[in-house]
Amino acid sequence: MKKKLVSALLCTAMVTSMIAGCGSTGGNDSSGAGTNSKEASADEQGKVFNIYCWNEEFKTRITDHYADYEEVDATTGKIGDITVKWNITPSDDNAYQNNLDATLLKQADAAADDKIDMFLVEADYALKYVDSDYTMPIKDLGITDDDLSKQYQYTKDVVTDSDGVLKGLSWQGCPGVLFYNRAAAKEVLGTDDPSEVQEYVKDWDTFKQTAATLKDAGYHVMSTVNDSYRVYSNNVSSPWVVDGKINIDDNIMKWVDDSKELVDAGETGTYELWSDDWSKGFYPDGKVFCYFGPAWLVNFSMAADTEGSIGYEGGWGAAEGPQGFFWGGTWICAAEGTDNADLIKDIMLTMTTDDTVMKEIVVDDDDFVNNQDVMNEMAEDPDYSSKILGGQNPLPMYIAGVENLDLSNLSAYDQGCNEEFQNAMKNYFEGSATKDEALDLFYKAVVEKYPELTY
Amino acid sequence: MKKKRSRVSGYNKWGYIFLIPFTLAYVIFQLIPLVSTIYNSFFENYMSGLTQIGPTFVGFDNYVQLFEGGDIWKYAKNTMVLWIMCFIPQIILSLLLGAWFSDTRLKLRGSRFFKTVIYLPNLIMASAFAMLFFTLFSDGGPINSLLMQIGFIDTPYKFLSNTGSARGLIALMNCLMWFGNTTILLMAGMMGIDTNLFEAAEVDGATSTQVFYKITLPLLRPILVYVIITSLIGGLQLFDVPQILTNGTGDPMRSTMTLIMFLNKHLFSKNYGMAGALSVVLFIMTGILSLIVFKVTGNDKRKG
Repeated sequence: MKKKLVSALLCTAMVTSMIAGCGSTGGNDSSGAGTNSKEASADEQGKVFNIYCWNEEFKTRITDHYADYEEVDATTGKIGDITVKWNITPSDDNAYQNNLDATLLKQADAAADDKIDMFLVEADYALKYVDSDYTMPIKDLGITDDDLSKQYQYTKDVVTDSDGVLKGLSWQGCPGVLFYNRAAAKEVLGTDDPSEVQEYVKDWDTFKQTAATLKDAGYHVMSTVNDSYRVYSNNVSSPWVVDGKINIDDNIMKWVDDSKELVDAGETGTYELWSDDWSKGFYPDGKVFCYFGPAWLVNFSMAADTEGSIGYEGGWGAAEGPQGFFWGGTWICAAEGTDNADLIKDIMLTMTTDDTVMKEIVVDDDDFVNNQDVMNEMAEDPDYSSKILGGQNPLPMYIAGVENLDLSNLSAYDQGCNEEFQNAMKNYFEGSATKDEALDLFYKAVVEKYPELTY
Repeated sequence: MKKKRSRVSGYNKWGYIFLIPFTLAYVIFQLIPLVSTIYNSFFENYMSGLTQIGPTFVGFDNYVQLFEGGDIWKYAKNTMVLWIMCFIPQIILSLLLGAWFSDTRLKLRGSRFFKTVIYLPNLIMASAFAMLFFTLFSDGGPINSLLMQIGFIDTPYKFLSNTGSARGLIALMNCLMWFGNTTILLMAGMMGIDTNLFEAAEVDGATSTQVFYKITLPLLRPILVYVIITSLIGGLQLFDVPQILTNGTGDPMRSTMTLIMFLNKHLFSKNYGMAGALSVVLFIMTGILSLIVFKVTGNDKRKG
């Protein structure tokens, strides 16, 4: 009896999967047929538009702000009669890039509807794609320099290849500031006014003194040492790799020394970013004074929608912090071989240059958009303020930060180097290794990732 | 006469026909990958970003590079330490449980239930199990809050930042996951032993300790060797638990980095050459260790 039941179950499972399989192939077939017939009617645009990305952010932006977009279900949408297919792979463990690479390498032989049309990249590894033949120059899409005149220069620098050709666009800018816990500031420093708090964090020495004061009051100055990593690593004077040799900038070593002091004094933790321990400071009980980050961190990642969090109560304040920096940001690239160049052009222009759309993004999503006119106007607008930041208008601060960004020291190896450096140094901070041992471990781990490098 | 022979050979052919599925599966899934791994290990062949480097023939360069730093021995040692830390408690526990479950005199009630329960941890995916432990034992996790609340410690103990506790956790998880499996194997072996022997020992007045050491263990030897060898091979391939628990870093200072985790590090650049060389070394190591176990446990019948 049992055996029969099991075999019946197995049979059902098999048949269901077969039917499901048939269903999806059937769907593909019909859409493929549709493409052919419509293509014959002198329409050059492909009927399927494939977008590769690693989270829902861009999709939400398109759904909310691209007028012609209609959502069909979680992974598909429609723009006119073109089907938009979202291919979302999380970036954990490099899965996004592995998937993207494998598909890009097959791009030339793929059927028109399977080709990647558009994909997103982050600054840490943008050069890997920009410096290859797999991305289309923006100029070839028919977008002129004039169209892009309002964008911040740094967002263009990130995606300009070694020959000076621009190959991607972004709708956001990510200048970072220091977000402090207003309640903690009032309790310990006696004020929560941004300009007065700034005095306590204006440079690294003052920052360390403040950390000691905070510790006595039971607060960690930052959740983890990795919070301040970007602030140091964006103010370097040399790239990670020079002539095929791994190079550690002095400012990065300063991060190591400053952080070790803070950890040894018990003034901060050594958690990894995005871990549960790291995000405890989003709530009052976490007892964390500040986080370093750009607009998207406080709006998108710091549990601002969860009742009881500091962000929900509007309890964060923004101060410039010791040094300007940027973190993250998403760039849109057009894949070479796309059959939807016109649509790409339209999406890029709408999302990254259209004043009304960009203004909407600022108001609705609190993002910092890549448009100098809009940002300058909003910065002076007395009606605009961020709820999460307790009514403060942080835009002037972001604008000041974005103008000082220097991205001349980016390299295609940044992602691996940044990750492995933080991983290796964790051992030093926690006392499991000496500084030299930890550095040794870093070199080893980087060479494993990039065998062509030496140290 | 002639007719008869042809009938025999006609009968024999079915033997070969029945062997075809296995041989095919073996060649496709074992032999070809094995040979191509060895072949790949002599080439420089990886991706730099989106550019393919190689393949260029480099002879034994990959092997030289592998042994140069001496790190491979460190990872091999880690792997063995983790295996031993997990295997010793596991085999003791399994022998004990196996003996109890198979002992007819004890008449344990609900033994069926417990046999199922001890096997259950093995059904959980190792990665899910590792995630669970990662959350439980994180710096601000429930175990630390518990220990702090009962006043055992003042500051959170960083379980995953100390070599001993990190290795201990991995060993504990593996032990929990596999002792049920081992118990069932050993129990099967014990139930295969002729009950007359136990009864005779009882009549002669042997204590249960004597029965265990003088009858059960010696007769269990073939099964024990099988358990040790499969567990050894499994232990050498230890990957999922430490990978998830340490987020692939093998922290602290790579003291929990196993050989397969090291192999996985070469995936980022799709470094077929180095990964191939490492796999070949691993293959040889597994062979040698299995041979040692085989000899030491006296299972080699060739001695005559």
